[in-house]
Amino acid sequence: MNEALLNAQATVLAAQAIGAGLAMIAGIGPGIGEGYAVGKAIETIGRQPEIKGTATSTMFIGCAVAETTGIYGLFVAIVLLWMNPFLKHLTGTV
Amino acid sequence: MNVEVQGPKRMISLLSEDGSVIFSISESVVTGWIVILIVLAVCLILTKDLKKIPETKRQCAAEFIVKTVNNMIETNMGKDLMGYAPYIAAVFSYIIIGTLISMIGFRSVTADISVTGGLALMTFTLITYTKIRYNGLGKYLLSFVNPLNIISEVATPVAMALRLFGNVCGGMIITMILYGALGSLSTIVYNGLLGLNSDVYYFNIFQIGIPAVLSIYFDLFSGAIQSYVFIMLTMAYIKMGKE
Repeated sequence: MNEALLNAQATVLAAQAIGAGLAMIAGIGPGIGEGYAVGKAIETIGRQPEIKGTATSTMFIGCAVAETTGIYGLFVAIVLLWMNPFLKHLTGTV
Repeated sequence: MNVEVQGPKRMISLLSEDGSVIFSISESVVTGWIVILIVLAVCLILTKDLKKIPETKRQCAAEFIVKTVNNMIETNMGKDLMGYAPYIAAVFSYIIIGTLISMIGFRSVTADISVTGGLALMTFTLITYTKIRYNGLGKYLLSFVNPLNIISEVATPVAMALRLFGNVCGGMIITMILYGALGSLSTIVYNGLLGLNSDVYYFNIFQIGIPAVLSIYFDLFSGAIQSYVFIMLTMAYIKMGKE
């Protein structure tokens, strides 16, 4: 294994780590969205306490759907961190 | 301390003569068999010698479970889709036991994207079947005149699979990272107390009890909520497919 290949691999690994960190910025959106949804649900329960069950289950489904974009970000981060998708393009080319 | 996050291991492998793997059965499938056996055992125990008027606590529990599921289907999907109740209950019990089995030391079945992908594919087939059955094949094909519908059709199972997988797997990774951090903390504290600077294995005292508190959220609560969300979305999509 020559030095150029090692350097290239180190660069790819560092870029993967940075990319994984950037991908997790996607967690901001669902955080805000879910907080807003839960706040609205609590407002509804405060106004009409008799529909607490329905409001809670609807809120959980809405939260789960809103969470999807954040989960996509998490998935990209997991793939970048532990599956090394770009490292195999390097082998033997440098 | 290294934190190693690994996918499901190969449990049973069929090797060719030069040692390469032809066919292998992963850890998720083997744990899935255990989950199926648990569900089967619970079903057999609960439904043993049923009477018309319940006498035992077992029969009351079985009737309570069936009644709860039937009520949920009736309020969410309407009376004429009651035939889907066994499927929904089966998927729910498989997902919830498969997720909570991590509490007794197995790897969660749903922390494998192949398993959640398979479950989502089953639901997708059922949605498509319901659409064709209630609206006819022509109307189903006609909905693809707008090409955006193809994207939304494909996005449904992908989103369902990734949602379940991401939640369970994310919780697993966070728990593993916490275990590693607590192990390092124990080593640092031991070294500080004894005035040493070594990597000798000590008994990791901080790993007792503290992870259990987070496990209540990441394993118990998150697993239960996600399996509930999965079947609720299944019911919502099937009901939408009927209209």
